[in-house]
Amino acid sequence: MKIILKQINLLNPEQNLNKKDDLLIENGVIKQIGGLKETDFKSSVVYEFENKFCSPGFLDMHVHLREPGREDEETVETGTNAAAAGGFTGVACMPNTTPDIDSAEIVRFIKEKAAGRLVDVYPVACATLHRKGDSLSPMYELFEAGAVAFSDDGVAIKTAGVLRNAFEYSRNFGTAIIEHCEEESLADGSMNESLTSTILGLPAIPNVAEDLIVARDLMMAEFTGGKIHIAHISSKNAVDFVRQAKKKGIKVTAEVTPHHFTLSDESLKSFDTNYKMNPPLRTRDDVEAVIEGLKDGTIDCIASDHAPHSIEEKEMEFIFAPNGILGLETELGLAVTELVNKKHISLSQLVGKFAINPRKILNLQVPQINPGEIANLTIFDPELIWTVDVSKFKSKSKNSPFDMRLLTGKSVAVINNHKMFFEDRFFDI
Amino acid sequence: MSLSNRHLLGLYGVPKEDLQLILDTARTFREVLERPIKRVPTLQGKTIVNLFYENSTRTRISFELAQKRLSADTVNFSAGISSAKKGETFKDTVRNIEAMKVDMIVVRHQSAGVPIYLTRISKANIINAGDGLHEHPTQGLLDMYSIKEKYGKLEGLNICIVGDVAHSRVALSNIYGLKTMGANVSVCGPATMIPMDIDLLGVKVYSNIDAAIANNDVLNVLRIQLERDAGKRIPSVREYHKYFGITSERLEKHNKDILILHPGPINRGVELSSEVADGPYQVILNQVTNGVAVRMAVLYLLGTMNL
Repeated sequence: MKIILKQINLLNPEQNLNKKDDLLIENGVIKQIGGLKETDFKSSVVYEFENKFCSPGFLDMHVHLREPGREDEETVETGTNAAAAGGFTGVACMPNTTPDIDSAEIVRFIKEKAAGRLVDVYPVACATLHRKGDSLSPMYELFEAGAVAFSDDGVAIKTAGVLRNAFEYSRNFGTAIIEHCEEESLADGSMNESLTSTILGLPAIPNVAEDLIVARDLMMAEFTGGKIHIAHISSKNAVDFVRQAKKKGIKVTAEVTPHHFTLSDESLKSFDTNYKMNPPLRTRDDVEAVIEGLKDGTIDCIASDHAPHSIEEKEMEFIFAPNGILGLETELGLAVTELVNKKHISLSQLVGKFAINPRKILNLQVPQINPGEIANLTIFDPELIWTVDVSKFKSKSKNSPFDMRLLTGKSVAVINNHKMFFEDRFFDI
Repeated sequence: MSLSNRHLLGLYGVPKEDLQLILDTARTFREVLERPIKRVPTLQGKTIVNLFYENSTRTRISFELAQKRLSADTVNFSAGISSAKKGETFKDTVRNIEAMKVDMIVVRHQSAGVPIYLTRISKANIINAGDGLHEHPTQGLLDMYSIKEKYGKLEGLNICIVGDVAHSRVALSNIYGLKTMGANVSVCGPATMIPMDIDLLGVKVYSNIDAAIANNDVLNVLRIQLERDAGKRIPSVREYHKYFGITSERLEKHNKDILILHPGPINRGVELSSEVADGPYQVILNQVTNGVAVRMAVLYLLGTMNL
């Protein structure tokens, strides 16, 4: 089957590609860019994508697919469908499932569930057994089975001693340790500690809980030469620590979630549990600091921390409700609305943070827009204005604070693995 | 005259006129409480549920008495454990109760925000009887009433809240209510017990109890709640008493008229010496009586709004 994306803006900063042209894809492989003949148009399905953009497929390196264990909240199938709808051709899924992803068997189970789908699924495996922080998981086996990084996400690796071993042991295969940075003894709270938590009387977690572990991890990465990736960075000092560490040449990368660059802890005044997440929403100062980090490259990528929860679990008294919100189907819109349209980053930087940097961190090949390459593409419209409607989400859960929010920027189609998702359906190409 | 909101969720943002109306109405009911027959028919036919998810003796009894003195029908629902652990969700519990046709819900819960959440899932008037470390508005109102009873006004008075302010719902309601009425509010306690950025609310912070006594007309002395892990924030109750306890020696040193409030129950020998707890400056039992009058006022004003 031949398809043509007609007069589309091809954008891949990795190739210095930024031009408007026709793109011919045959049987899922990029065939030709520009110079198409009348006969090509006649023999192809032609998509009128003028004013849309086409970039390497986006990859969200921090999602919770909940399978195995909580298939009532999300599955590999529904989670990857949500990813496709949100404009992603790949996701990395976190290991805090039930059981945890700490054996090769579970990695293979997830890979099997994901096989044959448009969206690639890259499991992140536990750094320690059961994420308990005591002994290393079988990292080499996990790596061979397909794990792309290691993390005890949900908590930080418990001690510097175990972290040292994780860094050193994983050096042989070059993977990053992804850390959820939070000092446990300061983390007993439902929101960020600030004037707002004082007003609301909610038990609170101070910024320093994050800063401490970021600092520890940076020092341990420097000491061991290991690769550290800071998950969902949210505090001003932590951003600054990472900035300084990069200058020193420490192998550190960082991600931020759309909610941490969009919302501040003042949103909690409604006591709506859809604003309860971990790390908690911080102050406006912190929001400005993460945006600054995105601008100057301190923060490499945007990842959603997509965390589906059932309605009955989330609709709960505030201190008892679980942390986390959905992200896959709103993050592109939030990034365009909050970052591109407010002139913080360019569209080209956006592609870097969604498509290129996450893959580099996970040692994955960045898809190129060149003849002969398998088409792994996100087609998006940065000017499309739309209203979020959780009832239309592909995700099995509905816990989003962005319901009914007006956003600018939306995915139009994704192409990968010889498949296309367009106008709400998947089909082979 | 009526209130501007059909719920009493907290004193944050409640306009001065509303606070004044509640305090004035409470004075009428305070007189009723001195009569031989202490019952009025005002809320006859109204059904009120006291939904208590946290242990409470005095607040629950005070509300219940206030309801009975207004001739309302009252039902008590006490859940010793949280809905989360019990299996039935809080929302289902509330919907069940609502299906029994109730007009008002008085709620106490260990989670901040539950009263606000209740307004989203119930049509009843909601009264907050204490939510987590957030607010306890009727306690704030009865404290204000008791101060006004002594000084005849609130405006311009210097009032200091002493103790574990960070883990007190009484403190926040006092701060919001008193500041709206024009009082100068301060707090005093070890820094582990003072919440972050409290000064941004326009509240002065004292670290020395003698300075607090010297500069204030009222001390609202909070209970050191050992059951709420207060012990983690101070080395011992002995040391707390030594540096922050209110004793007759401390009060007499300043030789001035001062009013001592305490929301109860008192830890004698910790935040107050026994002498002070029974002494001439305190109005602790009077606060309890005023509590019934204030709660009658709130129930009356909210319960007759929709008529």
